[in-house]
Amino acid sequence: MSKKQIIRTNMILLIAVVMISVVSLYVAKEAEFTGADTKAENLIIEISPEYQPWFKSLFEPPSGEIESLLFALQAALGAGFIGYYIGYKKAK
Amino acid sequence: MKTKKYILAILLIVNIIFTPVQGSAMHIMEGFLPLGWCIFWALCCIPFFIWGMHSINGITKENPQHKMLLGVGGAFSFVLSALKLPSITGSSSHPTGIGLGTILFGPGVMSVVGSIVLLFQALLMAHGGLTTLGANIFSMAIAGSLAAYGAFKLCKALKMNNSVAVFFAAFFGDLLTYVTTSMQLALAFPSEVGGFTTSLIKFLSIFALTQIPLAISEGILTVIIFNLLTVYSNNELKELSVLPEEGL
Repeated sequence: MSKKQIIRTNMILLIAVVMISVVSLYVAKEAEFTGADTKAENLIIEISPEYQPWFKSLFEPPSGEIESLLFALQAALGAGFIGYYIGYKKAK
Repeated sequence: MKTKKYILAILLIVNIIFTPVQGSAMHIMEGFLPLGWCIFWALCCIPFFIWGMHSINGITKENPQHKMLLGVGGAFSFVLSALKLPSITGSSSHPTGIGLGTILFGPGVMSVVGSIVLLFQALLMAHGGLTTLGANIFSMAIAGSLAAYGAFKLCKALKMNNSVAVFFAAFFGDLLTYVTTSMQLALAFPSEVGGFTTSLIKFLSIFALTQIPLAISEGILTVIIFNLLTVYSNNELKELSVLPEEGL
């Protein structure tokens, strides 16, 4: 594939990824979009009501905002490195 | 050359420090696996981990030019595991990003890279957990990367084109991670009526079902980055035998 073709293919693929998420939001309009792990936690309590979690996280982000800050940083740094690599290879 | 190395090192360190951030991710929660199972899964990881360390040593010694690409494999996993996406089931989850690195370097290497991602998520992010680390490494970094590797090799053996092979590798790597998580939880928490099977169906309906659209997204995203690599890292991909020698 030529570079031009790759860019075009990738744009189409990217739109497809966005569409999958948008369709999900639309299909499950009323849902709360809770994390699957929270749901699993509730299921464990349902199956074994007597089970007690025996260990707690040593550190927890103090709020949802701080958590999303760390998230954004994680994604930005990973993407930054990939961008740096592609740029470096392209310049070569 | 030196500056490049420093930038690389700093980025990787910063990356690792901030990796840990997920509220609603899908790994087994801290404290939610009985001690016996925690130990069992941790022991299962050891041979893979040793294999992976051995492979990484080989890469850094024999093919130091592939180190940057190894970083890309790790960075991709960082980005994807930060993306919490909605699913048609009305819950949310995140992809694993384990497929790309597995295609490039094999499942051994990714079992180590995945372990690092999971460790820091457990430490800083309260995501997953230290006690459940072994089980989570096994599902994502071992079962996930083995599935991705198997799917990729199978597609290649069936003479499918590269994009299709990459898509299925990432898709099955992602999906099998959560199927394994479901099995681990069902083993630890068999239902009183119906036992393991009933529990497994219940956990699968949470994890695996939610994950299907996300696995499709992960497959597509992996094809996107793979397309870029075929243009800009063509030589490396040939050296790693991911692409055939004669060209695209």
